Amino acid sequence: MSISKKDVKYVAALARIDLPEEDLEGFTQTLGKIVHYVEQLQKLNLDNVKPTSHAVPVGNVFRSDAVKPSLTNSQSLAIAVEAKDGCFKVPLVIE
Amino acid sequence: MAYQKTEIMSQFEPVIGLEVHLQLNTKTKIFCSCANQYGCAPNTNVCPVCLGLPGSLPVLNRQALLYAIKVGLALNAEINSFIKFDRKNYYYPDLPKGYQISQFDFPVAKDGFLKIKSGNQEKRIGIKRAHLEEDAGKSMHDNTGSCSLVDFNRTGTPLIEIVTEPDLRSPQEAYDYLNILKLTLQYLGVSDCDMEKGSLRCDANISIRPVGQAALGTKTELKNMNSFRAVKAALEYEIRRHEQVILAGGKIVQETMLWDDTQAQTQTMRSKEEAHDYRYFPDPDLVPFTVDYKTIDSVRAELPELPQAKLVRFLSQYELSEYDANILVADSGMADFFEAAVKEYPQAKKVANWLAGPVSMELKNRKIPIHGLKLTPKALVELIAKVEDGVVSNLVGKEVLGLMLDQGKGAEEIIQAKGMAQVSDDSALFAIIDEVIAQNAAVVDQIKSGKPNAAGFLVGQAMKKSGGRANPKKLNELITRKIAGV
Repeated sequence: MSISKKDVKYVAALARIDLPEEDLEGFTQTLGKIVHYVEQLQKLNLDNVKPTSHAVPVGNVFRSDAVKPSLTNSQSLAIAVEAKDGCFKVPLVIE
Repeated sequence: MAYQKTEIMSQFEPVIGLEVHLQLNTKTKIFCSCANQYGCAPNTNVCPVCLGLPGSLPVLNRQALLYAIKVGLALNAEINSFIKFDRKNYYYPDLPKGYQISQFDFPVAKDGFLKIKSGNQEKRIGIKRAHLEEDAGKSMHDNTGSCSLVDFNRTGTPLIEIVTEPDLRSPQEAYDYLNILKLTLQYLGVSDCDMEKGSLRCDANISIRPVGQAALGTKTELKNMNSFRAVKAALEYEIRRHEQVILAGGKIVQETMLWDDTQAQTQTMRSKEEAHDYRYFPDPDLVPFTVDYKTIDSVRAELPELPQAKLVRFLSQYELSEYDANILVADSGMADFFEAAVKEYPQAKKVANWLAGPVSMELKNRKIPIHGLKLTPKALVELIAKVEDGVVSNLVGKEVLGLMLDQGKGAEEIIQAKGMAQVSDDSALFAIIDEVIAQNAAVVDQIKSGKPNAAGFLVGQAMKKSGGRANPKKLNELITRKIAGV
C-alpha cells in the first residue's frame, strides 16, 4: 500500500492539521515509509493468533457506582483559554 | 418547499431504522466518579476524566454494564461474552478528548428483537445491537452570535444506544416500536426515559423503494425530533419528500436532515464536518471485558415481568378489557397498585374501572405519579366497597376520592365527617319526594297517563334536592310507588 498526497491531505483535514502545501511532499514520503515498515507484518503467518486489541493481559477492571467530589467551577475553568457564564468559551460552532 | 400528502404512497414502500440513545440512571458517570445528575450549575459536575485532561484514566462503572446487560436481555438479545470499548474520533467543542468512548465491533448486546402490533398481527422488529458509550457535553450558542459556550456536566453520562434493523415499514410502526421500547425501558428502571430532559433521544434512517424491489433506496438520517409524535411527523414528511424527488426524476442525496417542529419540515443539516470518518480503534485506556454466564444469569433473575407479558397475563388472569389492561400496564406503578388492590378486593373489573377512570383523572389533574398519591391499595378498595354497598353513590364516591387524596384520610372517616352517606331512609326520602311531586304536577300527570320514563326527571330533581346524597334506586322505587298510590 502506498500513500498518496490526497491521503495525507485527507488525514490532515480529519486531524485539523493545517498542512502547508510545501510540506505535503515530505509528509507523503515519511508517512509512506512508516506504512511500508508496518507492512512487514503481512508477511507473517498469523493464522493461529487471535485478534488482539490490548497488549496487556488484564481485563474486567471496574469502578463501583459511588460518587466522589467533582471539581469546582473555578477549578474546571482554570484551564479554559476563555470563559463566560461558568462555561468554556469557544468560537461559534454553527453558522 | 412543502411536500403535500399525495395518493402515490402505494407505489413505494418506506424502510425505516431507528437509533435510540438512552441515559442510564446510575449514581455516577460511566467512566468516572462524578455524580450522574441533571440540572447542576455549569461545569461543577466534572473531573479530569470528564475534561479529558492528560494523565486521567477512565474506569468502567460496573453498574452501567449491568444495566446494559439488563436492557439487552429485555430486548431478547444475545449478550457478548467478550466486549471492548473503542474510540470514535471527531472534533466538536463539546467533546473534550476529540473522541467519544463507544463500542464498535464488540457491543454489549446484539441480535435481539421487540414485538409490536401491526394491524391484527404481531411483528418482530429486529434489534441489531445495543452498546454502551459516553454522552458528550452541551454547547449553547451565545445570543450575540459571536461564540459558543460549553458545559461539560453531561460529559460521561452513561448512554446505551439501541439500533434496530431496517425492519420498520411505516411511521406508525416506528411510533409503536418507540412506545413499547420506552415502556419496556421504564419497567427495567434503568432510566427516567424523559425526552424533554434528553434522557431518551431518537434518530431515524429512512429510505423508500418501489413495492416489490429488494434493493434498498438511498437513505437520509433524521435528527432533532423531540417527541415520538415528532419522529412520526418527520418520517411522514421525509417519505413524501423522497417520493416527490424520485417521481420528478431526481435522486435522493444521502445526508443528515434536521426536523424543524414549528415549520413541520426537514432541512439539510449544514455542517463544516468532513464526511463521517470516525476511524474507530480500540481504546487503549480501557481493558477488555468478559461477561460470564453467572453475571448474565444474575441480571436475568432481576428482570421484572415486562409490559407485554403483563398485558397477556392481566387479560387472562383478571378477564379485563384490552382497554383497561392497556391503561394499567402503561404504568408499572399503576399495574402493581392494581394487583395489590385486587388482593384485598377480588372484583378486578371494578378495581380496574376505578384506576383507569377516577384515579387516572386525579393523577392527570395533580400531575403526579401513582406512588406520589396519598392513597394505598387498601384505602381505594375500602372506598370501592362503600360505593358497591350503596353507602355513597358513584358520583359522591369520586368526590370522596378527591378528599381522601387531599387529606390523606380513609373513605369511612371522610364520609362520616362530611355527612356524605347516601340517604336510603324512607321517611327522609318521602319528605323530598313530596316536595318534588308538588312542584312538578305536569310530569306527574305524564307518568299517570302511561309514560313511566318521565319518573327519571323526578328522580333527578330529588337527587338535586338531596345534594346528591339520596340513593337513586330507592328514590325511583318510592316515587313510582307514591304516584301509583300504593
